[in-house]
Amino acid sequence: MAEFKKTKGLTDAPFHYCPGCTHGIVHRLVAEVLEELGILGKTVGVAPVGCAVMAYDYFNCDMIQAPHGRAPAVATGAKRANPDNIIFTYQGDGDLAAIGTAETVHAATRGENITVIFINNAIYGMTGGQMAPTTLANQVTQTTPYGRDVTRAGFPIRMSEMLSTLEGVAYAERVTVDNVPNVRNAKKAIKKAFEAQINKKGFSIIEVLSTCPTNWGLEPVEALKWLRENMIPHYPLGVYKDNTEKGVF
Amino acid sequence: MGQKYLMKGNEAIAEAAIRNGCMHFFGYPITPQTEVSAYMSKVMPKIGGTFLQAESEIAAINMVLGAASCGIRAMTSSSSPGISLKSEGISYIAGSDIPCVILNVMRGGPGLGGIQPSQADYWQATKALGHGDFQLIAFAPATVQEIVDLMGTAFDLSDKYRVPALILADGMLGQMMEPVEFPENKGPSTAENKPYATTGTKESRKPNIVNSLYLKPDQLEKTIVERFKRYEVIKQNEVMVEEYLTEDADIITVAYGATARVVKTAVDKAREEGIKVGLIRPITIWPFPEKSIAEAAKKVNNMLVVEMSMGQMVEDVRLYANGQCDVSFFGRTGGIVPSPAEVLTEIKKLAGGAK
Ligand SMILES: Cc1ncc(C[n+]2csc(CCOP(=O)(O)OP(=O)(O)O)c2C)c(N)n1
Ligand code: SF4
Repeated sequence: MAEFKKTKGLTDAPFHYCPGCTHGIVHRLVAEVLEELGILGKTVGVAPVGCAVMAYDYFNCDMIQAPHGRAPAVATGAKRANPDNIIFTYQGDGDLAAIGTAETVHAATRGENITVIFINNAIYGMTGGQMAPTTLANQVTQTTPYGRDVTRAGFPIRMSEMLSTLEGVAYAERVTVDNVPNVRNAKKAIKKAFEAQINKKGFSIIEVLSTCPTNWGLEPVEALKWLRENMIPHYPLGVYKDNTEKGVF
Repeated sequence: MGQKYLMKGNEAIAEAAIRNGCMHFFGYPITPQTEVSAYMSKVMPKIGGTFLQAESEIAAINMVLGAASCGIRAMTSSSSPGISLKSEGISYIAGSDIPCVILNVMRGGPGLGGIQPSQADYWQATKALGHGDFQLIAFAPATVQEIVDLMGTAFDLSDKYRVPALILADGMLGQMMEPVEFPENKGPSTAENKPYATTGTKESRKPNIVNSLYLKPDQLEKTIVERFKRYEVIKQNEVMVEEYLTEDADIITVAYGATARVVKTAVDKAREEGIKVGLIRPITIWPFPEKSIAEAAKKVNNMLVVEMSMGQMVEDVRLYANGQCDVSFFGRTGGIVPSPAEVLTEIKKLAGGAK
């Protein structure tokens, strides 16, 4: 049986994430995929603003830290500079679906040959648990203390569904990491997204339903349960678009 | 070299950037600089470069951040309201020590303002192009030829000091046609000699990180202090200024960019009438030609600052004149270019009380 070792895709820096936070699992999956595909040496990652802001310390590849929401634009510039490099962004829901909506939609619609790892934890983690665009109806957050009232604060946004309507998107899948089979499946999806980029097929995005035990005010195990019971019904798992055979152009 | 072309300022800017190795341009339309994008969109696909019309100015400047982080020469251009949107990205680029060139072809403001020439972004360009402690190297050309010549200097100094460079032009320069000569084409820039470039580790070096975040205050202070030491070297070595008929002058005018051409005409007319007046024209507005102003202020009674604004550079002139002479101001704003006759009238008013 294979020995469980640290992946070459991560540095030795210890993660700063809270106990039970699934950001760490997703980091590890991305890193393993980069290592297994043999692309670590030609990958440039783009870190977001959010809890993953220090992702540049963790991934063992070149990294650029982008302004809040602008990672897809930064990634576009890096890809245009060196089309043979592999470029990925790692972004939270506040980053990708609020301040950076335009950058996300337009990089996707241009068919920018980059891979986006999108962490949907239904909340702003880093700033202390405010409402995100993905916050569920009636969910209590720091800025929806009475629960998200959709008549005032609007509805939670489904990014994978929305992006999959765009011609430039080669691959869009929503996964989660709440148990071992789902972790395995998430890794498969991430690998497929990077392969789409290697084969120059177009924009790929993997949305990962993730936990924020700290700001949800739940124990790590309860947080996983909350994710299963509340998030998955609103954000169904699955492949939303697969154009990886033909490519988008 | 040698061949002259009759070209619009905006198109000459684009051609000059390409000849200085810039193969990556990211823009968004706004009057009066749209011809820069149009030119790039025509030429770049033919020479294997990138022209990308971004979804916004915010995206365009961040594309520059991404491309320039990879060690190549990248550029964006805009006009006043668009530069305001770029200010977020500019601050991040400055904080990440990434070189690039940004062009502002100024129009009247604030807000949507107008589309006629203006110099109302001097404060923004020299004092506040984004949040935080930082400066850009800022050039203020006065002719189409000078824009072309400064493009190479802007890219070179930006690379040398890892400080973004700004070219502050105005609608008049962007839109006017003048004969220009171009330098030889240097060929596409590369990441060579850019040890910070994020081009992939090839698994043979440690990862490069382009970043502006320092959560520990002492570390943040250290990087800022280091950056300001570089600014100090720039201030010592890179000031560019034209002094015109200042030697025997009793009155000194100070103006930059297209306004300086108007003022020069007024200076010549005043000289014909026996008034000894000269012109100091900052070519770099940051670093500002402090010494020229300070020296001149010791020798004259009056300085007259002329701008296409309500008076912005005049504050720097007052600062470096340091009370040694009177500093008066004449300006038109809202997109109105001052006329030589108006400036001459102002000079004559001062000549009444000249030494
Ligand atoms: C321009 C700007 N606006 C606001 C912020 C503050 N800010 C930092 S992180 C964040 C929210 C991030 O949330 P999300 O993207 O969901 O990531 P998470 O922290 O949940 O992983 C905000 C609003 C900022 N840094 N920059
Ligand atoms: S605040 Fe939430 S998202 Fe951020 S590290 Fe902690 S648990 Fe994870």
